[in-house]
Amino acid sequence: MIAQRPSISLLGTTALIFEAPGEMNLTSQQRIWALAHETQAWPEIREAVPGMNNLMLTFLRPPRGLGALAALEARLRDAWEAAVALPREGRVVELPVVYGGAGGPHMADVVAHTGLSVEQIVELHSAPLYPVYALGSHPGYCYLGGMDARIATPRRKVPVLSIPGGAVSIGGAQTGVSASAGPSGWNTIGSTSMCFFDPAQDPPAALQPGDMIRFRVEGIVR
Amino acid sequence: MIEVLSSAALATVQDLGRTGSLRWGVGTSGAMDNLALAAGNLLLGNALDAAGIEVPVFPFKVRFGEDCAFALTGADCAARLDDQPLLPWWVHQARAGQVLTLGLPQGGAQRGSRAMLCLAGGVDVPEVLGSRSTQLRGAFGGYEGRALRRGDVLHAGAAGAVCKTGFGLVPPALMLPLQQDGVAAVRVLPAAEYLGFEPASRAAFWAGEWKITSQSDRYGYRLEGEALRPIAPMELRSHGIVPGVIQVPHSGQPIIQMRDAQPSGGYPKFGTVIEADMWRLGQAPIGSRVRFIETTWDEALAALDEVRAWLDKVARMVELHRGAPVSAGRH
Repeated sequence: MIAQRPSISLLGTTALIFEAPGEMNLTSQQRIWALAHETQAWPEIREAVPGMNNLMLTFLRPPRGLGALAALEARLRDAWEAAVALPREGRVVELPVVYGGAGGPHMADVVAHTGLSVEQIVELHSAPLYPVYALGSHPGYCYLGGMDARIATPRRKVPVLSIPGGAVSIGGAQTGVSASAGPSGWNTIGSTSMCFFDPAQDPPAALQPGDMIRFRVEGIVR
Repeated sequence: MIEVLSSAALATVQDLGRTGSLRWGVGTSGAMDNLALAAGNLLLGNALDAAGIEVPVFPFKVRFGEDCAFALTGADCAARLDDQPLLPWWVHQARAGQVLTLGLPQGGAQRGSRAMLCLAGGVDVPEVLGSRSTQLRGAFGGYEGRALRRGDVLHAGAAGAVCKTGFGLVPPALMLPLQQDGVAAVRVLPAAEYLGFEPASRAAFWAGEWKITSQSDRYGYRLEGEALRPIAPMELRSHGIVPGVIQVPHSGQPIIQMRDAQPSGGYPKFGTVIEADMWRLGQAPIGSRVRFIETTWDEALAALDEVRAWLDKVARMVELHRGAPVSAGRH
């Protein structure tokens, strides 16, 4: 179901979530970036955190009373209406990927679900320039837009206990690259060796919203 | 310096959490019982957010390599300094060579599950992205980005300094009790998808007792009770979440996000345990039962005020004790 109007909901007294209306797309995400940029400067906001066509605002000081909360929500809706899509001149980062084999243990599941060959899957997956919409999940992890719907594959029924950093995977209509080892319900189809996060760097994450990822086919293991 | 003598897993260095890095995918971490850490720091005259050692598995043993004042808060663990029993929620003085042992939490049904060991001046580890908390997934912060092991050596920021010891306080579990029908309770503010669940499931959530299963840790508490059924399946876009959020995966058994939770998710959100009550959950033992009380925005803010007022009271009490002259013989 696609919402026609923005919605705002609470995460306890810690944060609220603003969800953009309409289909998920890059223009809407660019307005989310603009909204994040503006709200980050509001005095009651600790951090503005973009998600996929939504924005979480954590509170430095939660508004006192329902009246103050309603006023903040109204200000947020107005700011969304006024927000102009903010295109970012991001960098293009090329990631060499070895598809299939030991580094892509779930390729067969994607083949089974889509009915496509490994070559077709690799071709469709490596064709687009994927915009980074947002970071989340774990340090340095990028949520990407723009995957070809033909290779969409449902999340695994039983999550894998640990997939390694650099794992390239498909979860539903999304694709991404793990920045460090951890559990995942996504289908891993390949691997890359990029380092996405270094807490000693400023900023610590290698990629920012607006940057673009291209997966270059380094090899295909059958 | 103190040396870890036990191999007990999962003890970590934590402060009040890492804020401001959610946009890089970095969750907050931080003490599961933030009230125990803050109170322990107040007892020692530390900054409120100095780092301490959170101990969830017992016995836990450390040896002091030098004289050091320390405070024990959180779960009452029948602590001993060498052979001498120690009071919980109290400031003590260790001498070089003495061994501190934390045993199993005691207190029957009221027992806690995590002890907090606070050291004079705080545990001195480097700040990473503004915090000393251990980021387990990112393998940074705390002590080398990991849980403590036997043989690790930690330093206290103010070991050897003169510190008033020999006093304590009444723990918050007694001063700020919260139960529903005799069962430990926390307050919950309904979240975005609350009304997307069947009315019977909503009623069952508030009326039922929820078991904290053995699949519960610093990342999240998996609960067991009457399955919560959505009216229709809900598919959400990935969005920011915070500790306290109660997600309901397809199984219908809720998961409460705890301090090591990832900062984003996509499962339907039933509600959020309010920030003011997260310390209560942080002390809830595996296998225990918890009840949920529906609350409102204003009540949740009042609860935060109540926690702050308690910490203010502790600060004034500590001021009285620390204001008294430190006797030369004590150090």
